Amino acid sequence: MDFKPVLLWSDILLWAMVAGCVALAFYCRRQDYLRRAWRRVGESGVAMASATVLAAFVSIGLLDSLHYQPRLPAQEGKTGVQYAPEVLSALDALVADLRLNKEKTYSAPLATHAFARETMERDGVQTRDYPRLQFGGAHLDDLTQHGSDLASRAVSGGGYGLLLWAVVVGIAIGLMALSRGALYGATCRTVWRPGTAPGRTVAWRAVFVTLAVLALIGGVTAGWAGGYHVFGTDKVGQDVLYLSLKSVRTALLIGTLTTLVTLPLAIALGLIAGFRGGWWDDAIQYVYTVLNSIPGVLLIAAMVLMMQVVIDTHPEWFETAAERADARLLALCFILGLTSWTGLCRLMRAETMKLRELDYVQAARAFGVSDARIMARHILPNLMHIVLIALVMDFSGLVLSEAVLSYIGIGVDTSMNSFGTMINAARLELSREPVVWWSLAAAFVLMLALVLAANLFADAVRDAFDPRFQWRARRTLKRAAA
Amino acid sequence: MIAYIIRRLLYAIPILIGVNLITFMLFFVVNSPDDMARMQLGAKRVTPEAIEKWKAERGYDKPLVWNAAAGGLDKVTDTILFDKSARMFAFDFGRADDGRDIALEIKSRMGPSLAIAIPTFLLGLFVTVSFALLLVFFRNTALDVSGVVLCVAAMSISGLFYIIGGQYLVSKVWNLVPISGYSGGLDAGKFLILPVLISVVGGIGSSARWYRTLFLEEINKDYVRTARAKGLSELAVLFRHVLKNAMIPILTGVVVVIPLLFMGSLLLESFFGIPGLGSYTIDAIGSQDFAVVRSMVFIGSVLYIVGLLLTDISYTLVDPRVRLN
Repeated sequence: MDFKPVLLWSDILLWAMVAGCVALAFYCRRQDYLRRAWRRVGESGVAMASATVLAAFVSIGLLDSLHYQPRLPAQEGKTGVQYAPEVLSALDALVADLRLNKEKTYSAPLATHAFARETMERDGVQTRDYPRLQFGGAHLDDLTQHGSDLASRAVSGGGYGLLLWAVVVGIAIGLMALSRGALYGATCRTVWRPGTAPGRTVAWRAVFVTLAVLALIGGVTAGWAGGYHVFGTDKVGQDVLYLSLKSVRTALLIGTLTTLVTLPLAIALGLIAGFRGGWWDDAIQYVYTVLNSIPGVLLIAAMVLMMQVVIDTHPEWFETAAERADARLLALCFILGLTSWTGLCRLMRAETMKLRELDYVQAARAFGVSDARIMARHILPNLMHIVLIALVMDFSGLVLSEAVLSYIGIGVDTSMNSFGTMINAARLELSREPVVWWSLAAAFVLMLALVLAANLFADAVRDAFDPRFQWRARRTLKRAAA
Repeated sequence: MIAYIIRRLLYAIPILIGVNLITFMLFFVVNSPDDMARMQLGAKRVTPEAIEKWKAERGYDKPLVWNAAAGGLDKVTDTILFDKSARMFAFDFGRADDGRDIALEIKSRMGPSLAIAIPTFLLGLFVTVSFALLLVFFRNTALDVSGVVLCVAAMSISGLFYIIGGQYLVSKVWNLVPISGYSGGLDAGKFLILPVLISVVGGIGSSARWYRTLFLEEINKDYVRTARAKGLSELAVLFRHVLKNAMIPILTGVVVVIPLLFMGSLLLESFFGIPGLGSYTIDAIGSQDFAVVRSMVFIGSVLYIVGLLLTDISYTLVDPRVRLN
């Protein structure tokens, strides 16, 4: 084999989460009220557009979660197959150009020359000038063609992107027409003009338009990335576009894996406290009041500092640097989860107390159904919408907090790419003269796209599942406390 | 009322004991003092003697919870649990790693923290409430929609970008105020104006949107219709009736943070070099000064509990229907 697959713990958990989401989707299909609520989400154009953007980010993150170690070329005197110590991912393999084509130091986006002057010899004379980049625009012999080269790459890249989009959308509409038993042209019309179709339909138009925009942006970026550094390079000459793509996985992991800790704690404790009452309730309330009364950032800071000591005093636990960074990321998710389950738990408790008094629960009790069974069969399904809403609403907050935590120095491992580490580095770059703005801009654009899409999607989910309850209140409170 | 407050304060004691135990577990049980010493001293200088010396200097050489060697009451009091954790109830925080008294440091740093936190808080509340009222006044128009879109976009931007961008634009490009620093007295104004503005702008998004929904909920109620039918102008309705009634849910979110203002803002203070408690905490995290972090965790919880109490009291003040019992 040319490579050895590597399973990091975060990969396993992330893929398990994907499997869980698929299972949840099947569960939602079977439950009538959940299916109807999801349909309402589907009818909203904004929700579908933001879901498409989120899906694009998720696919980048998932590609980046297929890790392997490449095989080293056979060496003299060594028997057996040797694998490189560095762990790569499928995304690294796809964008190998970006990863490998390094410059010496900073260079501006799409530049052909380095950012700083260097002393070099030209025609036997020492001069100080901006040297040509090793990769960016290296294929240009005549620099006057820089502009036209960029334009032609943009046009051809964008063209390929749109072509791909047309093929994908064509097939998708074809499949839709098949499943509905309608004519192709008629399906096109109903997709483009949802008003003409009977009943209310999923906002496919928003999906396809968003896909077109994404395809265009992706195509142009890919076209440029073949010969330039689209977002420039950072201090050690790494391509900023590559760094930002790698950061997506970290943001997604923080936003999703944290729920693996939050959900079980919040659901189990909230149900028990609300259903059992008495000293169970007192004890659980006590625990979450204590945890809640410690300001979030400080509790996280204290826990992360302690985790750092544990990791630093046990270097023998980790074989590769990637494993150590991975362990740190998981620990951070765990810590974020431990500090953020209290809000959902309180909600679950309050709702359970309401449901407990309803007739059907009383009837189940009278029949002698055990407490655990009542909670699992009769109460939890009726709280699923709260869990779902909390899940999507917490995501964007977690992504934002990762950046802040990494800036304070209690976030992910410094060797791990994340938006926080990018911003942290960019802070010093802004004080340079002339200004190095592109890493910050890249982090800004990608983070804004991700968080904005997540926020819009979360709002749509909230409106569809539970329009009356004031979810914003919970979140603003949390934010103010932080 | 007095009885209620006393009961609430008594209720706070078990919670603070819980907080104290959590910090004790985190800082002394998860990692033994030996581990911390090894970490602080670095790989090169780790000898058993150096570790013992480090621990002795900081008073970490005692047993954790039970000192069998000591006599009488000292069995309990001459331990890390008592010495480092229980003493915090008397606001005796001991010394930081650099030898300074933490309580003194906190006292001197409270001023700058408040100087930035109070204007931020007041101005922020004023601006967000007025912005939300403005959106409500123009409800169901293009202005309202674009305002909400703006809010969602604004809350999707990390606070770091507001700070970095604002600092860059105002201080570096336009040269209006110094980039960072602090001085006492009236001079402080020029250092404070930018951080205050930035945090007000950064906070508008999420709170204004929430306030808007609160106002909109009130505006459909019968008493508002009555007020309009009486012939009151829309502005009078908004300010005299809607605002007053929507204040109740707003108060929950707002009063609880007032005591926490003492803690200062971690990010703002460290970016603008303001010697407050926020930057103190950040520095302590950076240099892994556990004594300081421990103290800040404790103070933060005390202030939060005070905030909750204030919230409940403020309820009775604005809403006569609420009775404390």
